[in-house]
Amino acid sequence: MEQMDVRALEASVNGKKVLNGVDISIQRGKIHVLMGPNGSGKSTLANVIMGNPKYTVTAGLINFNGEDLLKLKVNERAKKGIFLAFQEPVEISGVNTMNFLVTAHTNLRGKDPELRKEITKKMNELNLPDSFLKRSLNEGFSGGEKKRFELLQVMLLKPKIAILDEIDSGMDIDSVRMLGEITKNLSKDTGFLMITHNDHILDYIKPDMVSIMKDGKIIKSGDYQLIEQIRKEGYKQLI
Amino acid sequence: MEKIEFDYSKYDFKNSTAKYKILFNEGLSEEVVKRISKLKNEPEWMTEFRVNAYKFFVKRPVPEWGADLSKINFENITYFARATDKKTNNWDDLPEDIRDTYNKLGIPEAEKKSLSGVEVMYESEVVYNSVKKELEEIGVIFCDTDTAIKQYPELVKKYFGKVISPNDNKFAALNSAVWSGGSFIYIPKGVKVPMPLQAYFRINAANMGQFERTLIIADEGADVTYVEGCTAPVYSKDSLHAAVVEVIAHKNAHVKYITVQNWSSDVYNLVTKRAFAYENAFVEWIDANMGSKVTEKYPSVYLMEPGAKSNVLSVALANKGQHQDTGTKAVHLAPNTSSVIRSKSICLNGGRTTYRGLVKVKKGATDVKSSTRCDALIFDDFSRTDTYPYMEIDEEESTISHEASVGKIGDEQLFYLESRGLSELEAINMIVLGFIAEFVEELPIEFAVEFNRLIKINMEGAVG
Repeated sequence: MEQMDVRALEASVNGKKVLNGVDISIQRGKIHVLMGPNGSGKSTLANVIMGNPKYTVTAGLINFNGEDLLKLKVNERAKKGIFLAFQEPVEISGVNTMNFLVTAHTNLRGKDPELRKEITKKMNELNLPDSFLKRSLNEGFSGGEKKRFELLQVMLLKPKIAILDEIDSGMDIDSVRMLGEITKNLSKDTGFLMITHNDHILDYIKPDMVSIMKDGKIIKSGDYQLIEQIRKEGYKQLI
Repeated sequence: MEKIEFDYSKYDFKNSTAKYKILFNEGLSEEVVKRISKLKNEPEWMTEFRVNAYKFFVKRPVPEWGADLSKINFENITYFARATDKKTNNWDDLPEDIRDTYNKLGIPEAEKKSLSGVEVMYESEVVYNSVKKELEEIGVIFCDTDTAIKQYPELVKKYFGKVISPNDNKFAALNSAVWSGGSFIYIPKGVKVPMPLQAYFRINAANMGQFERTLIIADEGADVTYVEGCTAPVYSKDSLHAAVVEVIAHKNAHVKYITVQNWSSDVYNLVTKRAFAYENAFVEWIDANMGSKVTEKYPSVYLMEPGAKSNVLSVALANKGQHQDTGTKAVHLAPNTSSVIRSKSICLNGGRTTYRGLVKVKKGATDVKSSTRCDALIFDDFSRTDTYPYMEIDEEESTISHEASVGKIGDEQLFYLESRGLSELEAINMIVLGFIAEFVEELPIEFAVEFNRLIKINMEGAVG
C-alpha cells in the first residue's frame, strides 16, 4: 500500500510555531478527512507537505513510500505524485490557462497528444466553459470556478496523494455534490487528504479516516463514526 | 510549455576574421566627417549637413539627466568602417566570413520564410539587400539610406533630418555627422504593404560605433509594419550605438515600427526615435530593450494634426550591470488626438530600469486623450526601478490618465507553479513571459519565438 506518513511534524512561520507535532497518514486509494476550527493549522499542514518555502520545518518527518519528502524541492514532490489543491489559487497575469495545463501535464505525466480533448471533456463535466482556456491563469475566475479548476487539475494530473484544502468552500450545492462524486470516483486510485470546514461534502462521500486538528496538532482520529459524533455533539465536546 | 532547442552561442560570438578595408579610428574632427562624406560620394547638401551636425555635436554637453554616460570616450570610437567594397543583393556574392556570420544568425532561413525584404547591416554598411519584386511593383522603396541618397535624392532631401534636427541632442548630432547605413522606406499613397518589412542589424567590431540612420515615409493612406532586430557579440571595450530613426505618417497612414534590441553588455545604446503623425494617422512604436550597458531611448510621437493617434508599447529588461533608461513622449499639438503608452520593465541581479516619459498637450489641443500605464517587475533587493512620468498639460479639455505598478516576483505564484511540476526557472520564465505577454502578441510569430528565447536566456541567472 502506498502511503504518506507525517510524524511529529513541527513547523514555524516568522519565528512563530504553527505545527506542534502532527501525526497523520494518508493512504493511496483512501479518503482521509481533516477537520478543525479556524487557525488550527490545517492549511499550514497542507502547505508544509507540498513544501511552501514560507514555512520552516523544525522537527519531524514526512515519508512517502519510505522516501523523505522534506529533502525534495516542491516540483520534485509534485513529480512523486503529491498534489495540493489550493484554498486560494493565485492569479498570474498573462499566463495562458491552456498553456499552463499543458506544461503541468507534460512535467508530471509526460506528453499526451490527446490532452486537449481530455481537457475539454473534463471541463464539460465540471461545468467550466471552454473560454477559460484562453484566459490568464485564475484571473477573472469566480471563487467557485477557481475551486473547480483545481479539481480539474486533480482529474488531469492523477496524483497519488491529493490534498484538497477547503475545496468545497465557496462551492454551491450542485458543485459540492459533483465534487463528492468525482472524489469518490478518483479515490480508487488517489489518496485524498480532504480539509473541510463544513460537513455538506460528507453527505456524498464516506471517508475512511477522520482526524480533528487543534492548535497545530491532531487531537483525535477515527473512522466515519467520528463524523456522526461531531454531527451530534459539535466540535466543542471533542476539543 | 514547449521546450525549445536553442543555440546560445548564436548570441555570444564574434567573428574575428572580418576584414576591414577602410577604418576611421583616430577620433573625430570636421576633416574626418568630410572624408566620410567624400568616400561615400555624397551630394554637397549632405556633406554640409554632416559638417553642420558635427559643430552641434562638439557644442552640446553630454546629457546628465539620465543614466551615467561619463565613461564614454569619444576618442576611442571607430566612426566608420567598411567591411567589404561592394554591395550585393545576391547571397553567394558575399565574402565567406560575412556569410558565415549571417548563417549563424539564420538570415537565409528567415528570408525563406517569405520575409518581404531582407536588409542586413554588417559593420557600418549595408552589404546585403534584397527586396522582393512584388514590393517594387507596388512602388515601395526599401533600401539602405546610402543607396536612397543616390537613387532618390529629391525624396531623401525633402524629409531627411526634418523630424529630428541635427541639433536635437548630442547623440542625434553625432549620428547626423557620421551616420552610415540604416533603412530607407517609402510607401506610396494608398499602398498597404501586405507583410512586415524586416532588417537585421549587427555590430561586430570591438569598440565600434554604429550610427545607422533610418527614415520611413508613409504617404497618404499607406500602411506598413517595419521590424528591426539586433543581437551583438561580446566585446572587451565599451561600444557606442547612436541611431536616429525618423518616421513620417501622412494623412490616414499607419506605421508600426517593431524593434527588439539585445546588445552585448558593454554597449551604450543611445537612440533618438521620433515620428510625426498627421491628420488621422496612426503611429505605433513596439520596442523591446535588453542587454547593453546603458540604453537611453524614448520613441516619441508628435501628433501634428486632428485625429492623429499613437500607441507605444515597450519592454525593458535590465540584468546585472545594465541600466535601461527608456520611455516615450507623446506631444499633442492638435485637437482630438490620442496616445496610449504601456511600459513593462523587468530588473534582476542588480539591474536598473527607469521609465522616463512625457505627455505634453499644447494650448488649443482640445479633446485630447492620453493614457499611460507602467508596470515593473523586480526580482531582488539589489535591483532598482524608477518611474518619472512628466506631464505638461496646457489645455484643460483633455483626458489624461497615468497608472503605475511595481511588483516583486511573487513567492506564492512561484510556489503554485512549482507545485505543478515546474522547476524554479521554468516557473520564473512562465511568470515573466506572462508579464510581457501583451507585448509578445504584437510581434510577428517568428520574432515572438526569438524574443521569448532571449527573455529565457536572461532569466537563467535569476535562480537563487
